[in-house]
Amino acid sequence: MPQQTECPTCAEPLGPQDAFCGACGTALTGPPTLRDLPVVPSCPNCGSTELADGWCQRCGHAQPRERDHQEHEVTGVAAVSDRGLRHHRNEDAFGVAATEGPDGTPAVVAVVCDGVSSSARPDEASATAVGAATDSLLGALAAGRDPGQAMHEAIGAANRAVTALAHDGTPAEPGRHNNAPACTYVSAVSTGGLVTIGWVGDTRAYWIPDDRESAEPYRLTEDDSWAARMVAAELMDEAEAYADPRAHAITGWLGADAEELDPHTVSFTPHVPGVLLICTDGLWNYAEAATDLAFFVRADARAEPLAAARALVRFAVERGGHDNITVAVLPIDPPTAPAVHDATLLDVPLPRAADPDATVPLRRAVEPAGN
Amino acid sequence: MASLSKPGAPRFDVDVFQNEYLAQGAREVNAIVTVTATGGGTSGGRPLSAAGPGAAVVLVIDCSGSMEHPGTKMRHAREATAAAIDTLREGVAFAVVAGTHEAVDVFPGNGRLAVVDTYTRGHAKEALRRLKPAGGTAIGTWITKARQLFDSHPQASIRHAVLLTDGRNEHEQPADLQRALDAATGAFTADCRGVGTDWEVAELRKISSALLGTVDIVAEPSGLADDFRAMMAAAMGKQVADVALRVWTPANARVKFVKQVAPAVEDLSDRRTEAGTRAGDYPTGSWGDESRDYHVCVEVPAAAVGNEMLAARISLVLPQPDGTAEVLGQGLVRAVWTDDLASSTRINAQVAHYTGQAELADSIRDGLEAHRAGDLDRATAKLGAAVRLAHAGGNEGTLKLLRKVVDVVDAREGTVRFRKNVSEADSMTLETRSTKTVRVKK
Repeated sequence: MPQQTECPTCAEPLGPQDAFCGACGTALTGPPTLRDLPVVPSCPNCGSTELADGWCQRCGHAQPRERDHQEHEVTGVAAVSDRGLRHHRNEDAFGVAATEGPDGTPAVVAVVCDGVSSSARPDEASATAVGAATDSLLGALAAGRDPGQAMHEAIGAANRAVTALAHDGTPAEPGRHNNAPACTYVSAVSTGGLVTIGWVGDTRAYWIPDDRESAEPYRLTEDDSWAARMVAAELMDEAEAYADPRAHAITGWLGADAEELDPHTVSFTPHVPGVLLICTDGLWNYAEAATDLAFFVRADARAEPLAAARALVRFAVERGGHDNITVAVLPIDPPTAPAVHDATLLDVPLPRAADPDATVPLRRAVEPAGN
Repeated sequence: MASLSKPGAPRFDVDVFQNEYLAQGAREVNAIVTVTATGGGTSGGRPLSAAGPGAAVVLVIDCSGSMEHPGTKMRHAREATAAAIDTLREGVAFAVVAGTHEAVDVFPGNGRLAVVDTYTRGHAKEALRRLKPAGGTAIGTWITKARQLFDSHPQASIRHAVLLTDGRNEHEQPADLQRALDAATGAFTADCRGVGTDWEVAELRKISSALLGTVDIVAEPSGLADDFRAMMAAAMGKQVADVALRVWTPANARVKFVKQVAPAVEDLSDRRTEAGTRAGDYPTGSWGDESRDYHVCVEVPAAAVGNEMLAARISLVLPQPDGTAEVLGQGLVRAVWTDDLASSTRINAQVAHYTGQAELADSIRDGLEAHRAGDLDRATAKLGAAVRLAHAGGNEGTLKLLRKVVDVVDAREGTVRFRKNVSEADSMTLETRSTKTVRVKK
């Protein structure tokens, strides 16, 4: 602390040894606060302060990078991304943003992508897809485009951007994965009470109502994965398919190697308050079913989306953090006015736990058009 | 990866080839470092003219009595030296030393170097005609004489000698040669040539290794002139001398080895000199437009899965008189611990290739040594392994030399039979050239 020469309260002159003001009794010293300490970056591994080019000059350990842990919150959405414990870099990326339509209706946008680790430069792929999709969504929504249409355009824009990475002249790293840069994709748009989801691959979206007693959490996406295909084709049951080592092999992604782009979109109007989660498999691997995942979503998630996102990331890290973890939380308040758009398949009466016959027609509901 | 250059000096590009992924608990990191020097500034890759760095050359010619048998040997040695003198560019400082059981600088003969011009070229060649084979062989004295001559001309940054001999170092103790070598190491570089088959490969290789040069056999004296011309052309192409490979490693890491692996295998591990905290310099001599590969193997402290570490920072440095060093190029060797077995078990193709090529050189040396010791079983097994490795690595040159010593039944499996009546020249050629490598097949 700087040396004080007079009491900050009563301006009484002070001696250098005074701990209290002799006139008014004001305490002049206190424990140093973080603000008082000089900030000298040091290596988290060995504590050395000799750092250069992102490496510790003593123990050689890589220093924390910007993408290792990222948080961002805007009105209506918060997201957190973390490297986890077992991967050396974060190949997930996210974007959150808010805009408004031409009529002033607020719109919230979130995009989450997961770089495919068996491809080249997966971290660049995910960041590129997020950037392209976010820009596309914001532009389309501001221009008054229908959210479903905006979502299709955004997935197309993201795919073109990731595909372009394969042709940007970056030399292939010898002895390295030389599959074209690729990533999975999920995004959400919330505007005027309508929620629209779009995805490719195994990044997911979940609907988690505030009141989990009387309303059921849903998974809103169907993975483009080997296991999901096996189940859909009725070749295996779910337990069998997900126990297979090939379960998580994805069958859809963005990038030059993708055989054909098959973007899935779905829209629905929540009737009760809750949060929409979009996340990478680094999270859902530890709580696959919507009801299981809901258990780890804070009850006040709608009011505190950033805290809820942090808690989910912490949960996945504590479970082992085997993969990069990214989650975006969008608080959803049901519209006070009746919905102005057509009801979709997901706008179904909410099943009650008390009603044993209630089923959620989820799978049928989210099957992509054309299947 | 990175190159730092300034006009006039060659540009050094450093590329690192490795599989940085390590399994949990693994500690050994292997990388192939390719260093490519290209002509800097205005030379556009061509050797610099007389305006370039000062160069000095000393030609050391064996004049022992054995050079008279056959008589063509001395004649070819004279012609080869004359060809070398003709290849020197004007302005280069040079001298000719006649080596026997003692060393005499026959040109210019005043304990100093002459500067190449039409006049000195003629006088030097005249001095060659006066060379008479007589006396013994004490190579240590030749090296000491060469060093003294280079010392008289400190302004030359490129200092290169050529040493031609036809026999063993018989007229001095091995310790004498070692002392001379120790004093000469770092003072100049030298290419060594053995003519005929009465010299010892290991002895000459030791000299060329210490002096960062090449060693080769010239079995037929008639081949000497072309060889000398080529050596001088290479020496004249050198643009920067005394370049060191600096290897920085993190705390508690250990450099297991540093080997040059292309164009020939040369273990530099024992040549390390400390260069500040956690760094050491390995000498690489002088560079022209050329590319060399190094295999660096480092043992690092294990870290948990998900960690990433800088296992080594490899720089090409030019030490300055004030103790600092100019960094000419740099590359990074990384270690990343993963639980993905597909990543950690992959062996980098370059590392695998050069590991095989180094083993090939060892197998040939061991096989010929066993053959000399009369252990035919071991010799056959070793040379069989050599054939397999040469075949697998695509080293056609070495395979061709092996075929002169063994009959190859199955190259892929390494099944061989020793040939009858293997000529001494073929056996020595194989031994001398065993360290030559080829680059990875693309």
